[in-house]
Amino acid sequence: MRKSALLAAVLFLLVALVPLAGDAYWLRLGTTMLMYGVIAMAWNFIGGLAGYPSFASAAFFGLGAYAGAVAQKLGVPMGLAWTLAGALSLAFAALLGLALLRLRGHYFAIASLVVAEVLRELVNSATDLTGGGMGLNLPVPHDATVASQSEFFFYAMLALAAITFAAMLWATHSKLGFGLRCIQQNESAADMLGVNTTLYKVAAFMLSGAFAGAAGAIYASWVHYIEPPDVFDVLYSVKAIVMVLLGGAGSVFGPLFGAAIFLSLEELVWRNYLQVHTGVLGLMIVLLVLFLPKGVFSLRLPWRKGKP
Amino acid sequence: MLSLQILANGLVLGGLYACIAAGFSLVWGVLNVINILHGSFIVLGGYLAYYAYAQFGIHPFVSILIAAPLFFALGYILQRSLINRMIAAPVLLTLSLTFGLDLMLSNGMLVAFTADFKKLTLDPPLGVLNLGGIALPVDRLFAMVLALALTGLLYLLLSRSRIGRAIVAVRMDREAAALMGVNVKRIYAVTFGLGALMAGASGPLLAMIFPISPLSGPVYLGKAFVICVLGGLGSVPGAMIGGLALGVVESFGALWFGPEHAITLSFTLLILMLLFRPTGLLGRTGYA
Amino acid sequence: MTTLLQLEGVTRQFGGLKAVSGVDLSVAPGEVIGLIGPNGAGKTTLVNVITGVHRASSGIVRFDGEDVTGLKPFQAARRGIARTFQIVQPFPEMTVAENVAAAAMFAGAVRYGDEANAEALGHLRFVGLAEMADKRASSLTLAMRKRLELAKSLAMRPKLLLLDEVNAGLNATEVDHALSLIRGIAARGVTILIIEHLMKVVLSLCTRIVVLHHGELIASGTPQEIVQDPRVIQAYLGRRYAAGGEAAEGQSHG
Repeated sequence: MRKSALLAAVLFLLVALVPLAGDAYWLRLGTTMLMYGVIAMAWNFIGGLAGYPSFASAAFFGLGAYAGAVAQKLGVPMGLAWTLAGALSLAFAALLGLALLRLRGHYFAIASLVVAEVLRELVNSATDLTGGGMGLNLPVPHDATVASQSEFFFYAMLALAAITFAAMLWATHSKLGFGLRCIQQNESAADMLGVNTTLYKVAAFMLSGAFAGAAGAIYASWVHYIEPPDVFDVLYSVKAIVMVLLGGAGSVFGPLFGAAIFLSLEELVWRNYLQVHTGVLGLMIVLLVLFLPKGVFSLRLPWRKGKP
Repeated sequence: MLSLQILANGLVLGGLYACIAAGFSLVWGVLNVINILHGSFIVLGGYLAYYAYAQFGIHPFVSILIAAPLFFALGYILQRSLINRMIAAPVLLTLSLTFGLDLMLSNGMLVAFTADFKKLTLDPPLGVLNLGGIALPVDRLFAMVLALALTGLLYLLLSRSRIGRAIVAVRMDREAAALMGVNVKRIYAVTFGLGALMAGASGPLLAMIFPISPLSGPVYLGKAFVICVLGGLGSVPGAMIGGLALGVVESFGALWFGPEHAITLSFTLLILMLLFRPTGLLGRTGYA
Repeated sequence: MTTLLQLEGVTRQFGGLKAVSGVDLSVAPGEVIGLIGPNGAGKTTLVNVITGVHRASSGIVRFDGEDVTGLKPFQAARRGIARTFQIVQPFPEMTVAENVAAAAMFAGAVRYGDEANAEALGHLRFVGLAEMADKRASSLTLAMRKRLELAKSLAMRPKLLLLDEVNAGLNATEVDHALSLIRGIAARGVTILIIEHLMKVVLSLCTRIVVLHHGELIASGTPQEIVQDPRVIQAYLGRRYAAGGEAAEGQSHG
């Protein structure tokens, strides 16, 4: 655990140097990568550790984005708005988890997939609060330059990624993560051994929700404008899974590496083929599932074994 | 009178929904694979009917006969070549695989047909049937009857034919079926083919009623999910009941809450059913 | 006489079928009770009701002076009811030691980390699996897995241990080893309820035998009384004293 923490600290410090390059393109790319990393790590709590095929990432991300945006619109300071958005997603995940985590397999997957659709419709119809289908503009602080702004959001996303990573590292090497691994391998046996499976699964779902929601809130402030189909996009749920699969499910660094690899592919391949954007993503998923279902690093790396 | 009219509309819609869901439910039940492609197959079937009618004047009802073998072959080959490799993999992987395939297909359709909605309008129109004050568009009525007939044919195939009994046997107990000489791999491929056939064949029927667009794929897929859960997984009668129930619920829901809440309503229904009655309205599974 | 486990009129129905019907049973601390009966008699279902896997349709389960009827499995486990499965259920991707540590941690209230590992190693030594501690559980042979199940259930620090066919599928030497382990566990003061098809095991191990037939308790007594009981002999229809391993019982684990 100490080794992983040290390695991560070095990694995050290196990433923190990116703004020195001073290039707006690299800054945008870095922020996106960190955001993807947070979404992937957040999914890893429920999908990687507990082994539940959650498609709820988009729901949490969108909920956080709208919660943060609405709070800011109502005059809540930005940092507090992000925290509130994370807390709301956490509470929402708790309630949702109590209901949905009784389902298994395909049923859980579908139910979690549907949540984003329902939220999107609700946000669409709550026009007074959310602007509905017209989208929502966020206040832009006028005392800052564009460059300093993008630097600010980069560091905000970096801080969130670091916190998410710390939480995941802690969870993996604690009783919580151990219990979740038991659940992932054999839930009824875990129950028999005294694991309060409901509590553990809901806890994992809450962590998942909180971090994905916070990422959504920062994203909303960063891009200044959100609309329902953008932030409740089911592709967020799919990308989270793909990134973790790429990097290796259940590993501590997997989601981050997966996010980096995924974004590189996205940038290298898709920028040139905008029209077949989703098709190429689909092809990538198919190839990944067929040929590398255990991730790019299919070797058993030393840090992938979380000992009690 | 109004509620009778709404009920009739709902039942007509429900017959089509049953046809949408029957194949999806079959594949899910027998292979334990959720075929995310199902919605796009329906849309593709719709385009086939649209172009057949616009270019060659082939009536959509006839297009069904063209679509059926094509989609069966497509499904059979897809299962044999790709999906079968992941058949025993965890839910997450099989789901991701069909999801990826669906992204490719729907993107392909978007490039080929654009996102504009296309409407297949029969010329001359078939008119409207008036049954004691209840107005029923004849094309819808025909589409529903054909949809129910297709679903009924699937049921007959499963309950009467040799291959159908083998499919049911595999669904109930794969190992036992294999021991009794059933070629499980082939049955899987045939089942997936049948699922694709049902999707492709319901496409032309839907094209006569709803505008077609690649963007409609997920909508049909969502309906198939809801119907499976409503009616209970993996049974044709279940799909029938679930389809009719969803049709009626959507029609009345549109009346009471407004048509823009149709998706929210049906998905809320889905989640409630999953939580409180996961075996479906009929409370049983299988084809028995 | 104090009782550790008391069943009062316990019934469990599946649809119209009564898998367990009106079972009354008291178990005193320190007893080693054999639960026998033909296949499908409802033995595993009864164990499932005691451990909370199935909720009793009617009747009361008392454990250690407390009504535990509606408890969930994890709650029953934390109160000191441990069980092994007819079909062994390790966490396949975890090491043998981790499997046992999990039991120590979640049911035995041992702290996460070194403490749980040390406890796990102790139990593994007791069942003779210490040298396999760092191997993956999926790499064990069937006999080893059965012993792993025993180590896991011991790590739960049970007051009552429910053993569901721990000897099924084992050869004669392995059965003897398992027998001496179970004796050792009983000697520690753990109360044991054992489902077993091998009469040799039941007769040599148990202080008392209860017989379940069609879900009902038809006899209870010392081994000598039971083997002479005409109702028991009739229930088995000549299938008594079965020598080899038996086919798995029809009851599922839910």
